[in-house]
Amino acid sequence: MKHSFLDQYSDRDSIIHRLDPRTKLITTLFFILAVVLTPPDRWQAFALYFLLVATLILLSRVPALYVLKRSLVIMPFVLLIAIFIPFFKEGEVAGSYNLWLWQVTVTYSGLQVFWNILAKAWLSILSLILLTSTTKFSNLLKGLEKIRLPRVMVMLLSFMYRYLFVLVDEVMRMRQARDSRSFGGGRLWQLRTIGNMIGTLFIRSYERGERVYAAMVARGFDGQTRTLESFNFRQRDAFFGISLGLVLILVTVVNLLY
Amino acid sequence: MEEIIRVDNLSFGYPDGQPALTDVNLTVYQGEAVALIGPNGAGKSTLLLHLNGILHSNGAVKVFGRPVDDKNLRWVRSKVGLVFQNPDDQLFSPTVFDDVAFGPINLGYSEAEVRELVTRALDWVGMRGYERRSPHHLSLGEKKRIAIATVLSMNPEVLVIDEPTSNLDPGSKWSLIKLLRGLAITKIIASHDLELVQALCPRAIVLDRGVVIVDGVTSHILADMPLLMAHGLARNKPSGEA
Repeated sequence: MKHSFLDQYSDRDSIIHRLDPRTKLITTLFFILAVVLTPPDRWQAFALYFLLVATLILLSRVPALYVLKRSLVIMPFVLLIAIFIPFFKEGEVAGSYNLWLWQVTVTYSGLQVFWNILAKAWLSILSLILLTSTTKFSNLLKGLEKIRLPRVMVMLLSFMYRYLFVLVDEVMRMRQARDSRSFGGGRLWQLRTIGNMIGTLFIRSYERGERVYAAMVARGFDGQTRTLESFNFRQRDAFFGISLGLVLILVTVVNLLY
Repeated sequence: MEEIIRVDNLSFGYPDGQPALTDVNLTVYQGEAVALIGPNGAGKSTLLLHLNGILHSNGAVKVFGRPVDDKNLRWVRSKVGLVFQNPDDQLFSPTVFDDVAFGPINLGYSEAEVRELVTRALDWVGMRGYERRSPHHLSLGEKKRIAIATVLSMNPEVLVIDEPTSNLDPGSKWSLIKLLRGLAITKIIASHDLELVQALCPRAIVLDRGVVIVDGVTSHILADMPLLMAHGLARNKPSGEA
């Protein structure tokens, strides 16, 4: 079965695509750090961050609509985490409601933090989508390895990337097998079937893990991981890294002046 | 002829107590192509796993006269290249290049050597130009070829393959058989695909319930219908049917 890639559009060509994965990783990290550390009331700074990431997305020639759609997929999770904040933050009360036995109050500062979390999360997600759609996943893994992320974690990500869709295929086949034999039945019965499927999937994954390990051992794997060096850090990487760093510093300075 | 692999009185039981192999003896010489045939669950894969020390054999398996033990495992694995049945298990890296390079890198070759070995191995299996592809998006036939390349890149003395043609369509199957025939290397092939065995291996070993039943010339074994029927390798005719 064919699936969309995790790293769709990463095989296109643009200034951003041609950068060394390490440059992109590090600048993305700093961008996120800057976004997260900016105080909530500096909305000008957030506008500038948005301008920055939007410019980079345009430069990368990844369709803006695709980036937008992708970012909206993740937002519900952020919303779920942030939704309670307006109710718990203390401060000037914006509204008070009686819900049956409880009295619920919403504060202005709570609302501000809420919007701020959404904005920060969205900006961070945009930058990460930009990163993953301009870098091939395998190069991203190599980049992570080169910037000294522990090898075990790189391998974990690598296996995840390799077997995610193999497992999705397995689930799809199991679902087809279930649907072709299932004739209604109560909710409880269906839940039981799903439980069994999850269990089966776990056992199959576990056994696959053993077979994959055997295949690794058969090719001389002894617990140590070795790799080839193959990236080169070019002038344009230095240029990009420095200019992005400068912009981030500029935003911070402008912030302090206000 | 030089002896490459020798198995003396190998017995093995899985942890759940089920015996998988009983007193297996066999010797494989340089340049041979040996088929290991038998029904499902005969112990073929278990035997293959002993040949390069994935399963421990307490010295019952010798490679070039040296008993396989914990100390020479790396050497054994560089000599005996084992290809697993399911290429989705064999190919675990994000790109084809990474997978074919995995063995040589583990054996400690330099970067230039690794690149050369990978290119050559992919050339042998007719998959040059696939280096940057992701295994997930290849066809099964392509995956099987790459899986063989991942082992050939280590320059083994003997190629051990588990069910190379399972699930392949006839076209892919015959092109794989042609490929294997063209490889000048000692081969041990476990399969119950008798067409493959006939086309590739002059010698065959029949294994059933962990016991070696016959070890001999393939054409004789494949002509022996009662033997094939007794061990699940041919259709059992119901009595009375012509």
